Amino acid sequence: MGASARPRLGVFKFASCDGCQLTLLDCEDDLLAVAERVEIADFREASSAVLEGPFDLALVEGSITTPAELARIAEIRAQSKTLVTIGACATAGGIQALRNFGDVREFARVVYARPEFIQTLATSTPIRDHVPVDFELRGCPIDKGQLLEVISAFLGGRAPNVPTESVCIECKRRGHVCVVVAHGTPCLGPVTQSGCGAICPGFHRGCYGCFGPQDTPNTGALVPKLSELGMDPSAVMRVFRTFNALAPAFRAAGDAAEKESSP
Amino acid sequence: MTERTIAVNYLARVEGEGALRVRIRDRTVEEVELRIFEPPRFFEAFLRGRHYTEAPDVTARICGICPVAYQMSACHALERALGIEVGGTLRELRRLLYCGEWIESHALHIYLLHAPDFLGYPDAIQLARDHPEAVQRGLALKKAGNAIMRMLGGREIHPINVRVGGFYRCPSRDEVADLRGEVVRALALAEETVRFVAGFEFPKVEEDYEFVALRHPEEYPLNEGRIESSTGVDIDPADFDGTFEEVQMPHSHALHSVHKGAGSYLVGPMARYALNHDRLSPRALRVAQEVGLEPVVRNPFRSVLVRAVEVVYACEEAVRIIDRYRPPERPWVEAPPIDHPTHGAAATEAPRGLLYHAYDVDPSGLLRTAHIVAPTAQNQKRIEDDLRHLVTRSLDLDTPALTFACERAIRNHDPCISCATHFLSVELVRE
Repeated sequence: MGASARPRLGVFKFASCDGCQLTLLDCEDDLLAVAERVEIADFREASSAVLEGPFDLALVEGSITTPAELARIAEIRAQSKTLVTIGACATAGGIQALRNFGDVREFARVVYARPEFIQTLATSTPIRDHVPVDFELRGCPIDKGQLLEVISAFLGGRAPNVPTESVCIECKRRGHVCVVVAHGTPCLGPVTQSGCGAICPGFHRGCYGCFGPQDTPNTGALVPKLSELGMDPSAVMRVFRTFNALAPAFRAAGDAAEKESSP
Repeated sequence: MTERTIAVNYLARVEGEGALRVRIRDRTVEEVELRIFEPPRFFEAFLRGRHYTEAPDVTARICGICPVAYQMSACHALERALGIEVGGTLRELRRLLYCGEWIESHALHIYLLHAPDFLGYPDAIQLARDHPEAVQRGLALKKAGNAIMRMLGGREIHPINVRVGGFYRCPSRDEVADLRGEVVRALALAEETVRFVAGFEFPKVEEDYEFVALRHPEEYPLNEGRIESSTGVDIDPADFDGTFEEVQMPHSHALHSVHKGAGSYLVGPMARYALNHDRLSPRALRVAQEVGLEPVVRNPFRSVLVRAVEVVYACEEAVRIIDRYRPPERPWVEAPPIDHPTHGAAATEAPRGLLYHAYDVDPSGLLRTAHIVAPTAQNQKRIEDDLRHLVTRSLDLDTPALTFACERAIRNHDPCISCATHFLSVELVRE
C-alpha cells in the first residue's frame, strides 16, 4: 500500500498527564506495525514532522480547561473524520475536574503567587461537552490492548469491541478472590467499567474507579456497603470524586455523599 | 538595527506543551523565554482535604511518564510525617520499581525522542526505516522497564500497588524470578546502547552548571539521600525550601526554581552522575570508561550518554534485587494513628531529576497543604541559560537552522512539561 493511501492519524493533547498518548508508545511490540498501517500525520510527543489535516482518525487526550483549548478542539474536530477520545481526562474531565467543585481563583492562589498570569477556565470538561465524539475509550490510564483494538477496528471499518460490563465480571473471569467478601476491603468494582484487567483486586486492593462507571452502575446499592465497610460519607464522596468525577453516575454518587457529610 | 525572532510554537518530542521565544536585536540576545503553556491543573490545591493515603495515586497523575517518581516522593514525605520507616525488602522493592521507571523513561528519551536529533530524522518511526535494529533495541529495553513496573506495580502507567508504608501485595518469588531473563537481556542491550550513542556526533559545548542531586552513603541515589550540589550544598531534603525557592514568571505556567542567592541550577542525569559516579555499579562504570565518559559531563548534548549509563546501572541494580528477593512477612508498614498536626518532606530522584514533596497532615489524616517541586520546573531557568549561550554563539546561523538548534538544546534536558506545570512552542525574534 502506498504512503498516500494509508489513513492519516493525528494524536492530540489537551490538559492531561501525557500517559494515554504514552500508551501508544508503550505498545513496544506493535508500534512499528501500527506505523506501517497508518500515516502518523501529527503526533508531537513522538515526531517533529507535523503535517496538516485532514485526519482520518484523531486520538484526543486531555480535558478542556483554557479558552485556547476550546478553539483548538473545534479545529481538530473540523479536520477529523473520526474522533476518538482517550482516557479519563478526555472522557470525564480527569482529576483536574476537581476544580469544578471548588473556586478556581482560590486554587490558582494556592499554587501561584501571581494568579493573574494564569489563563484558565473555571472548569475542566470532557471533549464531548464541546464537539461530537465518535468513540470514548475509558481509563486512567487507558489499556494498551483496548487502544490497539480501537485502532484496528477503525482500520477495519468496524465498531470497537470494548465491553462496558463491570470490573467484577473481569475479576471473576481472572479468578481473583473478591476483596470485599474475603477481606472486607471497600471496592468500586461493581459500579466500575472493566478494561483494566481487574488489577487492583489482583493486588489485594479495592478498585478505585479509574475506568469510570460501567453501563448500568447501581451506586445506590453499593454506597451502603461501603459505609458498612467503614467508609464515612466524606470518604465516599472523595472516592467518587477522583479521576472520573464528572462521569454522571459518579458525579451523582459524589454529590449525594457530600450532602450526607454536611447535613 | 535588525531584529529577529526565533519561535517554536509547539515543541515536538517532549512531554507536554511548551513554546520557545527568543528575541535578538542587532547581535544581542535580548530575551529567551521557555514558555510553558501546558494548562495548570492545580494539584496542590485539590490535594488539600484529601486523605494522606490518596496522595500517591493522585500525584501519580501529574505525569504519565514518571508516575512512580511521584508515588515514591509522596510516600517518603508522608512516612516522614507519620514517623514510620520502610526498610529491608520493601525498600529494595521500591528501588526495583524505580529502576523499571528509569529504564522505561530513559529508553523512551534516548531512542524515541533524542536519537532522531543526532541521526537526522524527525522521529523514531522514520529512523526505524534505516536503522531498524537500533529502534528495536530501544523498544526491547523500554519493554523490559515496563515489565518490571507491570509485575510490581500492576501496570506501567499509574501503577496501583504503591501505598504509604509499602505495597498492597508483595510479589511471590516466582513472579520476581520470572523477570530475570528479560532484565538480564536488557542489561546487555543497555551496554549496547551506551556504545551506540557514544558514536553520535556531539557539538562541542561546555556549560558551567551548578549540579543538584541526592547523594547516599552507599547507593547511586533513587529514593533516599541528602541533597548535595557541586557548589557545596549539603542538606536534608526537609530543608529544601530554606535553600531553593520558586519564582513565578509571567510567560509560564510553571514556577521557576532558583538556588537562593546563586541563581539557576540543574537536576537530572548529568547532575546525578557528576555527584555520584563513584556509586555506579561495576558494569555501568566499566562501559562508561570504555566509551571515555568523563567523570563530570558539562556538555548538555552528551546527557544522552549519561542517560544510557544510568540505564545500565538500573538494569544491573534490578538484577541484584531480583536475585536476592524473598517475600517479606508483611507487604506494608502500618502507620500509627496521628494525634497532632504533622509535617513531612522528602525528595527522590525521578528520571528527570530531583522531585520534592512536602505535606502538612491534620490529626484526622487529611492533607492541609501539599507542596510539589518537579524536576523540569527546577531546570527551566537553567535551560533558558543554555539557550541564551547557544543563540549568542550561533548568531550566524539562518533562522531555520538556529530554531532547530534551540529545539535540540531543549530536548537535551528531556523536559517534562506535564510535570513542570505542570508545553513547548519556539519563537525567535531578531531585531
